[in-house]
Amino acid sequence: MKQKALGLLRRAGILILVVWTVVSLVTLLIELVPGDPAIAVLGDQATPEQLAQFRVKHGLDRPPFFFGFPQNAEGQHHFRWYGLDNRYTDYWVAILHGDLGRSFRTDRPVVDLILERYPATIELAFAALLIAVCIAIPLGVVAGKNRGALIDNALSVVALVGISLPGFVIGPMLVYVFAVKLGWLAPSGRFDWSDIILPAFTLGAALSAILTRMVRSSVIEELGEDYVRTARAKGLSERTVVYKHVLKNGLIPVVTVLGLQLGILLAGAIITEKIFGWPGLGLLLVEDGIAKRDYRVVQGCVLAISTTYILANLLTDMVYRRLDPRIRVS
Amino acid sequence: MNRLGIIGGVIVIVFVLVAVFAPWIATHDVGATNLTIRYMSPSAAHWCGTDSTGRDIFSRLVFGARISLEVGIVVVAVSAFVGTIIGAIAGFYGGWIDRFMSGYFFNVFLAFPGLLLAIALVAFLGAGLNKLIFALCIIGWVGYARLIRAQVLKVREFDFVQAARALGAGDLRILFVHILPNAIQPLIVQASLGMAGAVLSEASLSFLGLGVPPPAPSWGVMIEEARDLSTLQAAPHALIFPGLAIALTVLAFNFIGDGLREYLDPRQRAR
Repeated sequence: MKQKALGLLRRAGILILVVWTVVSLVTLLIELVPGDPAIAVLGDQATPEQLAQFRVKHGLDRPPFFFGFPQNAEGQHHFRWYGLDNRYTDYWVAILHGDLGRSFRTDRPVVDLILERYPATIELAFAALLIAVCIAIPLGVVAGKNRGALIDNALSVVALVGISLPGFVIGPMLVYVFAVKLGWLAPSGRFDWSDIILPAFTLGAALSAILTRMVRSSVIEELGEDYVRTARAKGLSERTVVYKHVLKNGLIPVVTVLGLQLGILLAGAIITEKIFGWPGLGLLLVEDGIAKRDYRVVQGCVLAISTTYILANLLTDMVYRRLDPRIRVS
Repeated sequence: MNRLGIIGGVIVIVFVLVAVFAPWIATHDVGATNLTIRYMSPSAAHWCGTDSTGRDIFSRLVFGARISLEVGIVVVAVSAFVGTIIGAIAGFYGGWIDRFMSGYFFNVFLAFPGLLLAIALVAFLGAGLNKLIFALCIIGWVGYARLIRAQVLKVREFDFVQAARALGAGDLRILFVHILPNAIQPLIVQASLGMAGAVLSEASLSFLGLGVPPPAPSWGVMIEEARDLSTLQAAPHALIFPGLAIALTVLAFNFIGDGLREYLDPRQRAR
C-alpha cells in the first residue's frame, strides 16, 4: 500500500514537472523570433511610437526571464538579475488566472479564441477515432483469423499504404472525388452535419491503418492462448470465441495505442483543419496565429493542444490499468 | 528479407538516384512559368503535365526528391547520433542520470504531440529549410534515445561487458567499443522508419507553409498549390503526382523498416 502511494506520488511529481516544463518552453518560445517581435507583427512601416506602444501593451518591453545577458554601452554582454518583474512570471500569473494573454492582432483574450474553436477540434478528433475503430476492428479480426492467407496479405499491404498516405494527400483527393466530381459533399466549412465526413475520414485513415495492424497481431496472439482452446472445446461457435473472448482480451493493447495515437490525431487535425477549412484549434493556429504572426495565439494553441495530449495520455494510462489487473498489481 | 522489403529497397534506390542526378533527369527548368501551357494533361512533352502556372510537374518532382532526401538524411543522421549518445549515457550510467533522462527529459519531448513542436518552433523561428531540419531534429532524437537506452540496459549486463571491465577497460571504451556495437542493430529499423517520418514531416510542414518557401519544388508545396478548387477541377494530376511521389517514398521506407525488423527478429519471421 505504501509502495503504491509512493509510486503514485512519483508519477504525479513527474507529471507536474513535465507540465511545468512544457508551459515554460511555450512561454519562452517568443524569444526565438529573430529580431523584434513588434516589428514582425506591425511591419517595417510602423512608427517608433506605434512600436513602443505595442511593446508596452503586450509587456514586450519587460525582461523575458528572471535574468539576462544584456549588452552594456561597450557592446559587451554581462549578467543581470531582474527578479520577479519579468514576462515569464507575468505569463505564469496569467495562466494561473485562466488568462493566456491578448491576441496581438484582434486584442481579444486568447482563452476566448481557444474556447470558441476547441469543440470543433474535439468533435473532429472523436469522429476520426470512431471511423478508425469501426474500420480497424473488423479488418484486423479478419486478417488475424486468416493469418498468412491471401486476404491477410492484401489487408497488410492496404494498411501500410494507409499509413504512408498523409492526410494532405488523401484530403484533397477526397475533395476532388466527392466535392468536385460527384458533388455529394461540401469541399470545406462546418455548416451541415455531413461536413464532418470528409475531414473525419481524412484524419482517421492513417489511424485505422495503424489500428488494423495492431488488432491483427493482438488477435493472432490471443488465438494461441489456452482459454481459446477451452472455449472451442466446450462447443462455442467460432464467432463467439473471436468476438466475445479473443477481442475482449486483444483490445487491451489497442487501448494504449489509441491513447498514444491521439497525439498524431491532434497534430494531424492541424493539417486536416487547414485542408477543409474546419474551424478548430488547428485552423486558429495556422491561419490566425502563424500566418498573421500573432505569437500569443500560437502560444495559446500549442499550450492547449499539448495539455489535451498530456491529459489524454494520463486518462489512457488509467483506463489501461483498470482493464488489465496485472498492471495494477505490478 | 521479405519481398516487400526488397520492393521498398528498389524504390528507395530509384529515389536516391533521381535525387542525385536530378539536373540530368529533369526535362524542363523547374522555375520556368508559362501561362499559355498551364493545366496541361500528361503528354510526351510534359510527362506529368503542367501546373497552374505552366511549370513542368515531372521536373519539379525530380528536384523535389532532392529536398526530401536532403531533409531525410540530415534529420535521421543528426537525430540518431544525438539520440544514441544521450540514450547510451542514460542506459549505461543508470541511477539519477537515467531517472532524470528517461523519467523527465524524454517525457518533456514526448508531451508535445508529434509535429506540433516542430510547427511551433518553425512558427517562431521563421520558415526555411535549415530551420525545418533543426525543428525535425529536435523532435526526432528522443525516439532513438529511448531505443538505445533500452538496448544498452540489456547489453550492459552481458558477460563480455563484465570481462572487459575486469580487464580494466574504462567507461568510454566499454560503452563505445563493447556495448554500442552490440546494441545498435534495432537503430537500423528505427532509422528507416525515421526516413519515412522525416520525408512526411518535411512535406507536411511545407504544405503548411512552414518548410521550404515556394517556388522551391518541395512535394508538400506542390500539393498545397494544387489543392485549390479551380486547379483541382482543371488539373487533378497536379495533385495526384506529388501525392503519389510522397506516398511511394514513405511506403518504400516503411517496407524496408518492416522487412528489416522481421529479418533481424527471428521470432517475428514466423508471423
